[in-house]
Amino acid sequence: MFTRRGRPMAANSKMVKLTYREAVRAAIREALVRDERVFLMGEDVGRYGGCFAVSKGLLDEFGPERIRDTPLSESAFVGAGVGAAMGGARPIVEIMTVNFSLLALDQIVNNAATILHMSGGQFNIPLVIRMTTGAGRQLAAQHSHSLEGWYAHIPGIKVLTPATLEDARGMLWTALEDPDPVLIFEHGSLYNVEGELAEDAGPVEITKAAIRRQGKDISLITYGGTLSKTLQAAEELAQDGIDAEVVDLRALRPLDTATFVASVNHTHRVVIIDEGWRTGSISAEIMARIMENAFYELDAPVARVCSEEVPMPYAKHLEDAATPQVPGIVAAARRVVTGHE
Amino acid sequence: MKPRTNNKRLPLQRDHALHLLKEMLRIRRLEEKCAELYTATKIRGFLHLYIGEEAVAVGAMEALQPEDAIVATYREHGHALARGVSAESIMAEMYGKVEGCSRGRGGSMHLFDAATRFYGGNAIVGGGLPLAVGLALADKLAGRARVTACFFGEGAVAEGEFHESMNLAALWNLPVLFCCENNLYAMGTALGRSESETDLCLKATSFEMPAWPVDGMDVLAVEAATQRAVLAVRSGGGPHFLEYRTYRFRAHSMFDPELYREKQEVEEWKKRDPIVKFTELLQRQELLHTDDLAQMEKEVADEIAKAVDFAEAGSWEPVEELTRYVYSERAPHGSE
Repeated sequence: MFTRRGRPMAANSKMVKLTYREAVRAAIREALVRDERVFLMGEDVGRYGGCFAVSKGLLDEFGPERIRDTPLSESAFVGAGVGAAMGGARPIVEIMTVNFSLLALDQIVNNAATILHMSGGQFNIPLVIRMTTGAGRQLAAQHSHSLEGWYAHIPGIKVLTPATLEDARGMLWTALEDPDPVLIFEHGSLYNVEGELAEDAGPVEITKAAIRRQGKDISLITYGGTLSKTLQAAEELAQDGIDAEVVDLRALRPLDTATFVASVNHTHRVVIIDEGWRTGSISAEIMARIMENAFYELDAPVARVCSEEVPMPYAKHLEDAATPQVPGIVAAARRVVTGHE
Repeated sequence: MKPRTNNKRLPLQRDHALHLLKEMLRIRRLEEKCAELYTATKIRGFLHLYIGEEAVAVGAMEALQPEDAIVATYREHGHALARGVSAESIMAEMYGKVEGCSRGRGGSMHLFDAATRFYGGNAIVGGGLPLAVGLALADKLAGRARVTACFFGEGAVAEGEFHESMNLAALWNLPVLFCCENNLYAMGTALGRSESETDLCLKATSFEMPAWPVDGMDVLAVEAATQRAVLAVRSGGGPHFLEYRTYRFRAHSMFDPELYREKQEVEEWKKRDPIVKFTELLQRQELLHTDDLAQMEKEVADEIAKAVDFAEAGSWEPVEELTRYVYSERAPHGSE
């Protein structure tokens, strides 16, 4: 159905132009068409068309039973997703932002993640939860955080971070086919990104990291909203003669250690770019795994570019300063490769 | 809707009466044995006994069908037993043995059983309500005339999840029966010390949900009220709320010194013991014959003894299986 690196097999068919938002919408639409057990529920997914216009038009096509507007009751509708999944449905639950998902943390952590194991394998939860994450739109400290790394701490769930159109289009169906809860984090700055995608693009696998740029001098490991910044940084580094390899993790749980360790074994230098806060972050976990698996391969200490440890500020210059940016990634990579700025 | 009391007696048949009595006795004796085994350190962790409240689980389960779903709390031994989960697998679970209904992973607070659609003891107060809403939503979407019965204590009404779930179930007209077991204390906090409005049915009616109080010490009243509510829910009448007024005779858990209530109060409630009162009723109506009770006690004692033997003889899940079922073992649905 798809290749190891997550590319659809039919990648040589006709290409169409679309946005990340349209790719997500196409994925939801396909799921609703393919499986009558699938339904979408969340705040303003119906009449309003989705807070970020992802589900625009779906209410007209599929009706209010399957495109279900919910009250502002994150805990109840996420928990209802868990229950409906146990009851044989295939819910896609949309939460407006990762910050709001904290109101449903009880259902995600205490129920969705535990029930299969706690019940001795009797009740699995085939639930997909989608939510927006990340900064970059001046939405301040209650709409902009990157807590996907936090969720990756929790066994029992899977955490996906589609950074490309292909993954925005392809991860949802695979997640719906998964017998266990899958959380999909869509970075808010990506919805308007436009690109080309095969007209018949379809499901992609969801457990492997992807090499988005090959290089030999340094591995830049990232995911989600910072992938495009990292690729830009790699182009700038190339002008300085530094050939960077860019690893897109794609999934934070399970974390594809083999792929990034192979990259490290090849380049011997690493910078991790993570929009989460540094302390206790997924970047820290990646560093730990590099220490465990590739310590003697390293030619320099592993470096990180993370968000500043502040609640996300509103003012544009402060928000930019608080989050990973291209110049910072370039500088960090240069330091690791050359030993100086 | 105006809250109503519902004490209508069904025509009482001897077989059915004896069945109800025996079901309550099974719970009582199982739990007395659990307390003993806890003291003997055979059972560990938290142990929350249901003694005094048996009429609720027994009467309510009588009103439900095998295709219906149950969501319960951490005080759920009685519900599981009355639902048809075997005493053996419950006891083995409390021992932490792999033969337990949750393979020893859940213990007393997390009994699960797919065969009887028993969706668990949930140990987060209020945490089971959204699950019940979702189970009912799946039934509604699939066009199945099934009911999801969700049990919770009156302490749960202080949780946001209670209000969110009641609203969602009523808004979407979902087939949920909200079974509130009001035993007057949320652990040690009396209802009046935690709620500005202590009329629980009033809370339900504020969501436009039919609600009425039931004498939770009277198994026939529980059965009749629940049957009436289940019928309404199953026939598309939307969610209903029942407040079973009951009382826990034992401490909250095995660690509770009961500083928050008077011994006198407990003694007063014990006069309304659902098993004693029902036995007396059956004797008055001459439905309970001379040897019935002794015979019943013997059968129950044998069942409990067998359950203990089963648990004792059970095995520990191999440590190599510790990480089994963190994720499913089977292939995803429809994978090619």
